[in-house]
Amino acid sequence: MLTIAMPKGRIFEEALQLLRAAGFPLPLEFAQSRKLILTSEEAQLTFILAKPMDVPTYVEHGVCDVGIAGKDVLLEEQKDVYEVLDLKISACHLAVAGISGQTLDVVTPKIATKYPKVAAAYYRDKGEQVEIIKLNGSIELAPLIGLADRIVDIVSTGRTLQENGLVEFEKVSEITSRMIVNRASYYMKGPKIQEMVERLKEIV
Amino acid sequence: MTKPLMFEKPVGMRDTLPPLYDAKHNIRSVLMNSIVQWGYSFLQTPALEYYDTVGVTSSIADHQLFKLLDAEGQTLVLRPDVTAPIARVVSSIMKKEPFPLRLAYDSPVYRSLQKEGGRPAEFEQMGVELIGDKTSSADAEIVALMIALLEEIGLRDCKIAIGHVGFVDALFTDILSKEEDVDLLLRYLYEKNYVGYTHHVKNLSLSAQNEQRLLALLELKGGKETLKKAQAIGAQNSSPLLAEIDHLFDVLNMYGVQEKVSFDFSLRSHMSYYTGIIFEGYTANYGFPLCRGGRYDHLLQTFGRVAKAIGFALSIDDVMEALPPSGIQNKQECIIYSPSLRREAYEKAQALRRNGCAVVLQDVRGIDEMDHFTRRFSSVTYMLDTHQEGESC
Repeated sequence: MLTIAMPKGRIFEEALQLLRAAGFPLPLEFAQSRKLILTSEEAQLTFILAKPMDVPTYVEHGVCDVGIAGKDVLLEEQKDVYEVLDLKISACHLAVAGISGQTLDVVTPKIATKYPKVAAAYYRDKGEQVEIIKLNGSIELAPLIGLADRIVDIVSTGRTLQENGLVEFEKVSEITSRMIVNRASYYMKGPKIQEMVERLKEIV
Repeated sequence: MTKPLMFEKPVGMRDTLPPLYDAKHNIRSVLMNSIVQWGYSFLQTPALEYYDTVGVTSSIADHQLFKLLDAEGQTLVLRPDVTAPIARVVSSIMKKEPFPLRLAYDSPVYRSLQKEGGRPAEFEQMGVELIGDKTSSADAEIVALMIALLEEIGLRDCKIAIGHVGFVDALFTDILSKEEDVDLLLRYLYEKNYVGYTHHVKNLSLSAQNEQRLLALLELKGGKETLKKAQAIGAQNSSPLLAEIDHLFDVLNMYGVQEKVSFDFSLRSHMSYYTGIIFEGYTANYGFPLCRGGRYDHLLQTFGRVAKAIGFALSIDDVMEALPPSGIQNKQECIIYSPSLRREAYEKAQALRRNGCAVVLQDVRGIDEMDHFTRRFSSVTYMLDTHQEGESC
């Protein structure tokens, strides 16, 4: 039995489709449940439904063997886990956005983001001095109400930015969902995990 | 910064209370006993070392070192590992000791934490170093000893992943011309980021064959058959090295541990002084490595004595977490006496102690709450004078 940490919501559904396509017999009504732990005896898999940001933590500590996590989360959380496969689902990118035409504040440019480590590393690489403001959601508000000059956030279709009158300035990095594996599980359950990787590799 | 509360400790520091201390002590004695039986001698090095000597060579990242200044303004470090201090000792005060040397240690090491999250900054390590023996017999002895120790403490369901730093280095030098590509790919391996590695290799505009060789490195895992595949993709000059690994596997076979061992040529360690085989040990139902080690053939010469060496360290804290709860019970006995019967009580206690019992000898007048106090003992003997005459102590 392998234990898989999964983000709730859209990624979970896409990941389920992927696993079904890879030949894991998972029931169709699986995703409708509100349970946090789902087991499929037939597929020999147990799913742990977690907050997306927490998936790498469960895997790092070994309470889950495998996890599916967005690259954005992996970049931010920097956990010590194997990143074995790009599943190419939930594609989007991390970008710098703000109000069109607005220049950066000369004293201290402020950057609002859900990803303080990623944002700090990005601006440090550019050699720019900025202040990072951590927010937990609705990041688009920050430039609109004058909390920050720019935001660093996930952009998938660009509609949220557009509807709030924001434009994308720079791309920070491409994001897709990745399969991650705990260090001990990688060896202790090696054959099972390799088999899963091989089966998924064929369809992504 | 607020002042710490009176009971607080620096981040990553832990108190060990009597039950855990006992359990650790038991495990430690089992481990030490085995290590001594395999012919290794324990030694101790100081907690503080110079930054310029041990601090620099230890290869623990600079920002993870605990640094302080001595009275002369020299920078000191709390020892971040024990291999570098042992290399210092072997090259200086043990300079005249002939090789090979088999040494062992049981010491805490200190690495400051980068992240919150409950991992300790003071690690108790038990380890061994086999210094001055370049043979693959030495490699096998170290790996076999590590497995023997895990088995000895009951972690039978374990796996050792073995990689080779030299193989990967030779492969990369053979294919890649730019050093920054080598560094980046090595970092991806160290971070276990196979997606990043694959992506970078595909963007390198290499010949199809070389691209395939680099990608195949990630698949070089498994038993003895892995060595043939390694031969196929490895650099020209890797043949002697693979022959040695092949021999290592045969010797491990002799030790009867070959099915606990699995090759993983993409394994990379954070310790940059490794030059040959490196390995990590895992057990079922515990998410972190318990032990790791490798061959370091150049470390000693930085301290002035040329010698090839190999060693490993076992993390006692990880071992304790990986072991099932020991259910250790307090085996203390208690004798509660009235002052007039002190001599008799003492003699009884000494008799029991001679038989190996742990005995608490307690004056009845010193006890606040009898029920609460006696609860923790496996047995209680009362030697009370019913007349309760008051005697001064």
